[in-house]
Amino acid sequence: MTAPPPPPADAVDDGLTDEEFHNALQAFVGRQIGPAMDAPDEVNVPMIRHWCEAMGDTNPVYLNAEAAAASTHGELVAPPAMLQAWVMAGINGPSRDTDGPYEQLTNLLATRGFTSVVATNCEQTYDRYLRPGDRLSMVTTITDVSAQKDTALGTGHFITTQQDYVDANGQRVGSMVFRIIRFRPRGTTARRPAPATTRDTNWWFEALAAGEVRVQRCSDCGLLRHPPGPMCPACHSLNFDSVPIEGTGSVHSFVVVHHPQVPGFEYPLPVVLVDVDVAGEVVRPVRMVMNTADTEPDAVVVGAPVRIEVRAAGGQHLAFAIVTDTAGGAS
Amino acid sequence: MTAAHPTFDDVQVGDQLPPLEIPLDRTLIVAGAVASRDYQDVHHDTEVAREKGSKDIIMNILTTNGFVGRFVTDWAGPDAMIRAIRIRLGAPNYPGDTMTMTGEVTATDDNTSTVTVAVRGANSLGDHVSGTVEVGLP
Repeated sequence: MTAPPPPPADAVDDGLTDEEFHNALQAFVGRQIGPAMDAPDEVNVPMIRHWCEAMGDTNPVYLNAEAAAASTHGELVAPPAMLQAWVMAGINGPSRDTDGPYEQLTNLLATRGFTSVVATNCEQTYDRYLRPGDRLSMVTTITDVSAQKDTALGTGHFITTQQDYVDANGQRVGSMVFRIIRFRPRGTTARRPAPATTRDTNWWFEALAAGEVRVQRCSDCGLLRHPPGPMCPACHSLNFDSVPIEGTGSVHSFVVVHHPQVPGFEYPLPVVLVDVDVAGEVVRPVRMVMNTADTEPDAVVVGAPVRIEVRAAGGQHLAFAIVTDTAGGAS
Repeated sequence: MTAAHPTFDDVQVGDQLPPLEIPLDRTLIVAGAVASRDYQDVHHDTEVAREKGSKDIIMNILTTNGFVGRFVTDWAGPDAMIRAIRIRLGAPNYPGDTMTMTGEVTATDDNTSTVTVAVRGANSLGDHVSGTVEVGLP
């Protein structure tokens, strides 16, 4: 028992609810990624030649000055699809901020396991053809971060960026919309499933989201009851309010789940029925089912005192039992 | 320029572009990556690509764009003006495969003499690329 207690099941969780996570992602929309990138070289024939050779492109307007002069272009032009190539950083890669907006966004997505990346769309539009001698500069902006999507690859978020290209006079010559998905591949750790809530139980989960564990109380006879339900089992009244718990309790009973393993939880997984302390006269004991946090599974024994805390877990707020006295532990 | 290339008036919705078969060898994939100054290892280093879970090196997006542009101007000719290339990316292009490009005119705009071509590049795994190209014709 000298090892530090394991973290709660959602150790890599960002501590944000789904709504807070969504808002944090949306805060990146509209932000420019790094400073403008200046093309290291002006548009030039040697690079056009390398490109045309690689692509097998024999369009004469790219390399044959005479044919280009006779065409609608009137002079040599660059293949439009080269737009992005002119500002590519080269073999050393982009010298981006390590803590720029894009990296922050990537890190935020990684907290929920969205670490794999695949490019999905690339849309280039050209305002004019580029000519040898043009010198480009490009600015990239994050234009959209999607809601969570389930795709054939896995679950994740699409990130859309837009690159705007200008010439030496500041005139726009083209733009590129680029979309990737950052996703959690299928078969990897899923998140804790959300509780199924109803009109009878919503208020209880809303109180949790506000950081409070409450117990339903019949407004007519005063009986405390849990889990929340529409009718008092004693006097059949439909009227109720609620009272806060004390924040302490003890283990009434428990199981430790080893199998089957449901994605989103860490195993072995104690599931504890807690006798919850509530102020005032309690006619029937108030018991709640919860998982443990900061607690070795074998520290969970019947009668062990617990502290009850509301914590963020998998995009929601839930009550966790923390065993506070492990003296009675089995090991 | 030559009779082989259509003018705007020649083109009708439904016209098919001549298909283009591109044998995907290692040299082509590496040459495309280097010509576009894209030095990401998965586009030229087979060992690293495999360590990262890829079957082999893969064609980079800039090269895909280059082939889509070339495919359309092979048909449209030197007087054509490409105004947009919008692609969706699918199955990777690995060495040893062949990408077959096909295209069909899906719209024409009299005001701008621009035609929209739906383009598809398929390999043995499925569609590597699908999308549209807007091209102005003389």
